[in-house]
Amino acid sequence: MSDDSETKPPVTMPAGPVCPIPISDYPKVQLAHGGGGRLSQILIEEMFAKTFDNPELDIMHDGAVLGVGGERLAFSTDSFVISPYFFPGGDIGSLAVHGTVNDVAMCGARPLAISCGLILEEGLPMEDLWRIIQSIQRAADEVGVHVVTGDTKVVDKGKGDGIYINTTGLGLIPDGIDISPTAAQVGDQVLVSGEIAVHGIAIMSIREGLEFETQLESDSAALYPLVAAILETGGDAVRVMRDPTRGGVASALNEIAGQSNVGFRLDEQKIPISEEVRGACEILGFDPLYVANEGKCLAIVGPERAESVLAAMRSQPLGEHAAIIGEVVEDHPGRVYLRSQIGGMRVVDMLSGEQLPRIC
Amino acid sequence: MKYVDEYRGESEAQRFVQAIEATVTRPWSLMEVCGGQTHTLIKSGIDRMLPSQVTLVHGPGCPVCVTPLELIDRAIAIARRPEVIFTSFGDMLRVPGSHADLLSAKSEGADVRMVYSPLDAVTLAQQNPDQQVVFFAVGFETTAPANAMAVHQAAHQGVNNFSILTSHVLVPPAMEALLSSPDNLVQGFLAAGHVCAIMGFWEYEPLAEKYKVPIVVTGFEPLDLLQGIYMTLEALEEERWGVENQYARLVVREGNQPAQNLMSQVFEICDRKWRGIGEVPMSGYRLKEKFERFDAEKRFDVGDIDAQEAPECIAGEILVGVKKPHECSAFGTKCTPERPLGAPMVSAEGACAAYFQYGRGE
Amino acid sequence: MCLGVPGKIIEVNENSTGMTMGRVSFGGIVKEVCLAYTPEAAVGDYVVVHVGFAISQIDEAEAQKVFEFLQEMGELAELDVPQPGETEREADG
Repeated sequence: MSDDSETKPPVTMPAGPVCPIPISDYPKVQLAHGGGGRLSQILIEEMFAKTFDNPELDIMHDGAVLGVGGERLAFSTDSFVISPYFFPGGDIGSLAVHGTVNDVAMCGARPLAISCGLILEEGLPMEDLWRIIQSIQRAADEVGVHVVTGDTKVVDKGKGDGIYINTTGLGLIPDGIDISPTAAQVGDQVLVSGEIAVHGIAIMSIREGLEFETQLESDSAALYPLVAAILETGGDAVRVMRDPTRGGVASALNEIAGQSNVGFRLDEQKIPISEEVRGACEILGFDPLYVANEGKCLAIVGPERAESVLAAMRSQPLGEHAAIIGEVVEDHPGRVYLRSQIGGMRVVDMLSGEQLPRIC
Repeated sequence: MKYVDEYRGESEAQRFVQAIEATVTRPWSLMEVCGGQTHTLIKSGIDRMLPSQVTLVHGPGCPVCVTPLELIDRAIAIARRPEVIFTSFGDMLRVPGSHADLLSAKSEGADVRMVYSPLDAVTLAQQNPDQQVVFFAVGFETTAPANAMAVHQAAHQGVNNFSILTSHVLVPPAMEALLSSPDNLVQGFLAAGHVCAIMGFWEYEPLAEKYKVPIVVTGFEPLDLLQGIYMTLEALEEERWGVENQYARLVVREGNQPAQNLMSQVFEICDRKWRGIGEVPMSGYRLKEKFERFDAEKRFDVGDIDAQEAPECIAGEILVGVKKPHECSAFGTKCTPERPLGAPMVSAEGACAAYFQYGRGE
Repeated sequence: MCLGVPGKIIEVNENSTGMTMGRVSFGGIVKEVCLAYTPEAAVGDYVVVHVGFAISQIDEAEAQKVFEFLQEMGELAELDVPQPGETEREADG
């Protein structure tokens, strides 16, 4: 009888595609891979998109559009890992509802229902969980959706930041609305619904102990009523909508520039930003164009309807400070340029890694 | 924002540009010493607004960029020790060492934390008496008073689990090294405004005299830079040399006395190695003997460091303005902000990063 | 080494170790700042802050000089160059 313990069969790696993120480059996942900038893009395009490879995914918008029985459904998912989970202006629960409702809205869809998956860390105070659940319900109620299904898991202490949430949303796209990140055309105007960089700075303020004379709150909000107003006034002149979350306005526009193969020209003097947020960005050395927003949307609108869409946005509570900040141009396709405050010109590139506060 | 917005006006900027155009009659080469000034120049597009006869050479005013490779490796080695909480400004976290950077060390379990002020690191040490808190004290003279205060406070409050890893560099010796080099093409200098707010500008007078160059102490807002450039060009056209002060709202000739006093209590001048340039005599600060016990380099024995620069990286030539970033064979290809080969690509002030981010490679 | 941001002092106090500290407002954002190096600065004054320390006080009179400089340059330019319409008037007159 042969001694099997001495001659074990050799271990072979399963045959198949090789990991496209070269091991020598990034043997481990970095924080920047979730930052919304270039590294995130590379991970999504090189690993996920290539593996999953299907026409709905390939469009790479905030949500996927599925044709079902003659209707078009928008389908989107988002995970929320924010820490601290309570912050001025909201909490991880309200953020989780707004984030997914907004992604669905960015497809031009009316949100129908959302799911809610919870990953709880052992030791999370039950009182905190209760507050978060109430917050989820309030946020869902405000926008008229139900949390129709969900899941709960608990992980060992030390394996999570208290609570992680995943929400998935479904929405119905009305006929005649054809929003796509590939649809921007030369001459279109770029609109933003309000003052930028609020959420990112509000979060930084708690993390880094910055104090505000007026408490700065996250702008986390459900964008659907605003989106409905945009679509009603703009109709088929509304080419693209995007909520500029991680990576900020700059990353969102860079993505669209690539997907539509057009150039953008922005005007720094026209970009709405509050004094406090600007002050915080100056101290931290942040460029507000790269800071996250959670209750703002960008709309690329045909020139013939841009002014009326702007007026419609401004008549909405969330669109008070809406502005036209630039336009789509034929030059430099795939790139975003900015006319600086003093009239100079520079490129607004994709974010590289996490934006870190600097002292230099 | 007061004292910020007024210096970013478009019509004022245009008037300065017109004045510069009217003044210039032949080619001139100017250097802005400080990386923060480089940042503003490129971010606001000033470099593209100037007449073509004016060449802006970006100087070595990026303390992050000039921190020697060995020191980055040493920082990472110290950070990896289990008893250490390693603190640093955000700027240093992504600078590549021979094999890793502080952020990747963090992803592998090292306790690396970002702070805004060196005093925060001292507080951290007080809050964590069982840990060693090390602060990466990198900077020009502007940051030295803050670092000096941190050490001074730690000494007086008996915060003995605090130490600093020093990489302080001084501007005048670097300028002298540049000016004395036979390859130097720079004819006028914009001196670093915040360095001068601390040190004053009397140190530059002998340099201006010896090398017969105009040196203008300049601020950081677009109008400051335009005015500084205008004043330097006017001096060159009129064949004048000497030191002028554009940033007079903040800088006086003698500098900040209380800051200089504390610095001289805690630090003394020493020779320093500049990454990409080499050793420049009397160009750095180290802790005085009285405060030596706060020197992390002495406190932690991390063995021999064998530092290896990436062969394609021409940071040295970039830092002294001999080459521009897009002239580097690795620029934008092997060397990008995500995967930098050298410091000027990753530092917020670095010339290569500025070029890459603001599209000057095209 | 550069990032220095101007802010207005809204409060001055001393911390537990006798170091002069202050609250400084940057467009509405307030941060605690060490004022040890600007001992003359008082509430209402503007300072430039770098890594949590005020490095110098802003001199209001000097701050205006950039604009006076521009003004002078503008006036000089007007003296050198004939104003539009001048030569026409002379021709007409």
